[in-house]
Amino acid sequence: MAIDEIAVLGVGMHQWGKFPGKSFVDLGVHAAKKALDDSGVEWGEIEFISGANTVRNGYPGWVSASTFANALGFQGCQLASSYAACASGVTALSIARAQILSGICDVALVVGADQVDKGMFAPVPGERPNDVDWLRFRLMGLSNPAYFGMFARRRMALYGDTQDDFAAVKVKNSNHGAQNPNARYAKSFTIDDVNASPVVADPLRLLEICSTSDGGAALVVSSLDYAKKKGIADPVKITGVSTVSPVYPNAIIDMPYFASDSWATAGDESHTFKNQIAQHAYNEAGITPEDLDFAEVYDLSSAYELDWYEHIGLCEPGEARNMLHNGDTSLGGRIPVNPSGGLGAFGEAIPAQAIAQVCELTWQLRGDAYGRQVENAEIGMSINYGMFGHGSSVIARK
Amino acid sequence: MAKIRVPAVDDMFTMDFTDPRLIGGRGVSSQSYYFPKSLSGADPRCVNDDQREEVYLSSVGKIWSYTSADYPPALPYQISEPFEPFLICAAQLEEENLVICGQMMPGIDINDLDVGMDVKIALDVLYEDDEYEYIVWKWDLA
Repeated sequence: MAIDEIAVLGVGMHQWGKFPGKSFVDLGVHAAKKALDDSGVEWGEIEFISGANTVRNGYPGWVSASTFANALGFQGCQLASSYAACASGVTALSIARAQILSGICDVALVVGADQVDKGMFAPVPGERPNDVDWLRFRLMGLSNPAYFGMFARRRMALYGDTQDDFAAVKVKNSNHGAQNPNARYAKSFTIDDVNASPVVADPLRLLEICSTSDGGAALVVSSLDYAKKKGIADPVKITGVSTVSPVYPNAIIDMPYFASDSWATAGDESHTFKNQIAQHAYNEAGITPEDLDFAEVYDLSSAYELDWYEHIGLCEPGEARNMLHNGDTSLGGRIPVNPSGGLGAFGEAIPAQAIAQVCELTWQLRGDAYGRQVENAEIGMSINYGMFGHGSSVIARK
Repeated sequence: MAKIRVPAVDDMFTMDFTDPRLIGGRGVSSQSYYFPKSLSGADPRCVNDDQREEVYLSSVGKIWSYTSADYPPALPYQISEPFEPFLICAAQLEEENLVICGQMMPGIDINDLDVGMDVKIALDVLYEDDEYEYIVWKWDLA
């Protein structure tokens, strides 16, 4: 496929957590200023802002690019605001990339931030019996952790995984994130800590399910020529972006649906979206899973991380727990997964999360990931997906 | 006086308490199954011919997976205080090759469940008010 690359000139984040005195705009502006500082690009030089929207902060959240542009000071650049649930950040990045590669602009700011109420995510209020997201709550109380619980229980039945295997993922990621200054929970947890927390969605416990967080993240991205003109000889480069939809039939139930597609006339029972997201990113980058040095995957739950090892091709189905226990996916292992600490250490700030993953790719590839550096990191992948069928993956290289 | 039983949602299941059925769709040309009939995504091979006929889906299936809801779900789930934790099951219909979620009938112990077990569709009260009982499908041990 051979898509041209773009450069990551700067990255910035606001720490994840709960910041009741601040708005999502404050968090996004904080991240944007850090990314600008990191890049050496002046605010007035930015030609395009790609905003990842939040649907939980009223109108300003639905027009995030103009909201952030106004807060930084309107300077007449072009704008786009987009929403794709958890994939919003990479959707915003893909729009910026298209602008850059088509020559419409040379340098762009990608930014997303969120502030949410405490507790589980809930659908948008109202009475909407034609909306499966509304119906799953109304008809059966099918909240997000219930999906994570069912995926985990399915692993136990198919592959013999145990609750302690899942808890070990949380322990690993907490160790990775223990020194990450942007993490919400920068501390190590033990298996006993995990097992002492209450069950939320059997077999998963509270410490194994990602929490809802506030946070903000931003990137300054540009053409390779622009980077050269700025005197940045060897920037981190984005070499693959995936924003694909599923290919019918999606045989594995995904949020927010309460039924799978039928595989009676096409596909098979393992036909799943998450493999397809990764495959497109690999195709664009012209690499295979063997080329990866590390990955940032969407560990919405501890068990979910193991699913990702298989979906992105690090191992065959059923072998994820062996990779985990061999230490392959720990720092110092063959292919560290979630060196940032992942969602287990951060929680989830929806429109900022996929951008934060790219921040981590960049720090790792620059060798700037203090306390969690993957040795000799040259190629990394981030992956997640947005509810209703938005793919999201990025491959970056040194 | 007994409360009036009404479906919690229209057109997704029959109100026959002795032999309840989920109401699905079937593509007239593709023969693909859909549930719910009109709210599930289309088979892209049928973009020019997407007529779906109404079909009753199999009333039995095998457990694909299951979990518990130990914390109260958010609105619009209707909670009667005090909140009672419940179980959720996803069951695979063999003929249709379709996995459908639902709550498990109350009174079933999670330790008695296993992936692959036979289950059947049942009807139960989801929530109620002074006048009505709102009915939904659930999975029951077969």
